[in-house]
Amino acid sequence: MAEPVFSVKRTSPFLERAKAMGLALIVPGLLLLLWQVATTHRWTRLIPTPSETANYMVDFAIGGIYDDAFSATLHIHLLASMGRVYGGFLLAAAVALPLGMLIGRIPLARQTLDPFFQLMRPIPVTAWLPLSMILFGLGAKSAFALVFLGAFYPILLNTIFGVRNVDPKLFEAASMLGCRGNAQFFRVVLPAALPSIFTGLRLGLGLAWFVIVVGEMTGVPQGLGAVIMDGRTLSRTELVICGMIVIGVVGYLSDRLVMMLGNYLLRWSPTHHG
Amino acid sequence: MAEEPLPIIDIRNVSKSFQFGDQRIDALSGANLQIRKGEFICLIGASGCGKSTLLRIMAGFEQPTSGEALMWGKPIGEPGPSRGMVFQDYALFPWLTVRNNIAFGPKSQGRSTGEVRDICDRFIEMVGLQKFANAYPHQLSGGMRQRVAIARVLANDAELVLMDEPFGALDAMTRERLQDELLEIWQRTKLTVVFVTHAIEEAIFLADRVVVMTPGPGRIESDNRLILPRPRDVASPEFNEIRRELSAKLHSHHAKKAA
Repeated sequence: MAEPVFSVKRTSPFLERAKAMGLALIVPGLLLLLWQVATTHRWTRLIPTPSETANYMVDFAIGGIYDDAFSATLHIHLLASMGRVYGGFLLAAAVALPLGMLIGRIPLARQTLDPFFQLMRPIPVTAWLPLSMILFGLGAKSAFALVFLGAFYPILLNTIFGVRNVDPKLFEAASMLGCRGNAQFFRVVLPAALPSIFTGLRLGLGLAWFVIVVGEMTGVPQGLGAVIMDGRTLSRTELVICGMIVIGVVGYLSDRLVMMLGNYLLRWSPTHHG
Repeated sequence: MAEEPLPIIDIRNVSKSFQFGDQRIDALSGANLQIRKGEFICLIGASGCGKSTLLRIMAGFEQPTSGEALMWGKPIGEPGPSRGMVFQDYALFPWLTVRNNIAFGPKSQGRSTGEVRDICDRFIEMVGLQKFANAYPHQLSGGMRQRVAIARVLANDAELVLMDEPFGALDAMTRERLQDELLEIWQRTKLTVVFVTHAIEEAIFLADRVVVMTPGPGRIESDNRLILPRPRDVASPEFNEIRRELSAKLHSHHAKKAA
């Protein structure tokens, strides 16, 4: 064997990961620095320093520092919010998935339902808040309903798109192999639409976390949105920031989890790797 | 007539036109073609000559506007497993592995799990993809994908294999390899093959009969039985003689138009 003329320069996977991590941390690091500088130089008196906020966060999570009404209550609020987010999301998926498949595949369903949903879609979820409070009363039910609405549209629209945009060649291939009629729905349409459906679910879950704060802002005793709202009325900015950070982190982790599931289920798809 | 065996495919005066708005396109006009079991037929012609339309009528994807398309004397209805199609762009199911793409047909026929496994093993081996049985289509080269597409049709017990420019998207070397492999499979399995191409050499290398088609409207210009022993040598004088002859027929409509 001749010596290879070109040697490929290879970096170890560990270095690659460290580099990616380092690059990803630059912007948050700068932001933290700016926060620290701004608060220590007293550009603003209303925002606590990062270390103060960290202290509050520890107290909020496990207590033992300030021991006020919010000490060691993080898990209560987090669980309340998660229950609403995942509950509303699952209910939205349970309704939007079959509905999207119907609208996407059956012309009669499309003609009947599509104009209605197109008409309702431009209304922002937050605009439903007053009506939702009238319909479901002040409290958790109304937040749940808002999460449902927020997650509903992305799932519905992406499901419709997915089941409508199946390569027609695949139907021909299936039918010449002896798979015809309704059997094609489960063996061709659904798997082909899976990437779109998955995108819809991911967007829907993201929006559910987005909407939960608005949903919990009125008349809900527990929940991360309620914490932020209470922090505002009590002028406890550190509580507001703690609530924001928790939502950010949990929303991120929840999205990563969905992504990992997607990468596994859609490992066949060359375009679907996040 | 009694001693004449029934043709597997009988195309009787078949025409097909498509309507685009208020414009009518005659894709195929008055085609007659009989195919015997075990024959290797190539349909050749420029684009718009109706060769793909004729193939799709045999598959059952299109119905003739007029005339009759018969298989074993009965009108061809819906697409079905007896007529397997190999598409130029493979049309594999991207979410299924090589093995499960091949299993798709036998599973649709309601074969048992054990039978499906045996069938898959046999055809994966026939097309030489043992190492890639669990790979997904996007991980394969074009040549490998087309091998899967061929195996998928054979695994389904197709009597008639319809191939729509199957090697058109492949590089020259892969194309030659697949031509050899296809001939070998055809001779071993006694299949009937209808193969659409626009490459004269490919047609002469493969076919028992080369059906030349011309466009505007699409029709069958001539049906040429090749008397050329196999394996065929593309560099032989006989091969070139046939190529010249077919090339003239292929371009005959240009001469008419130019006049």
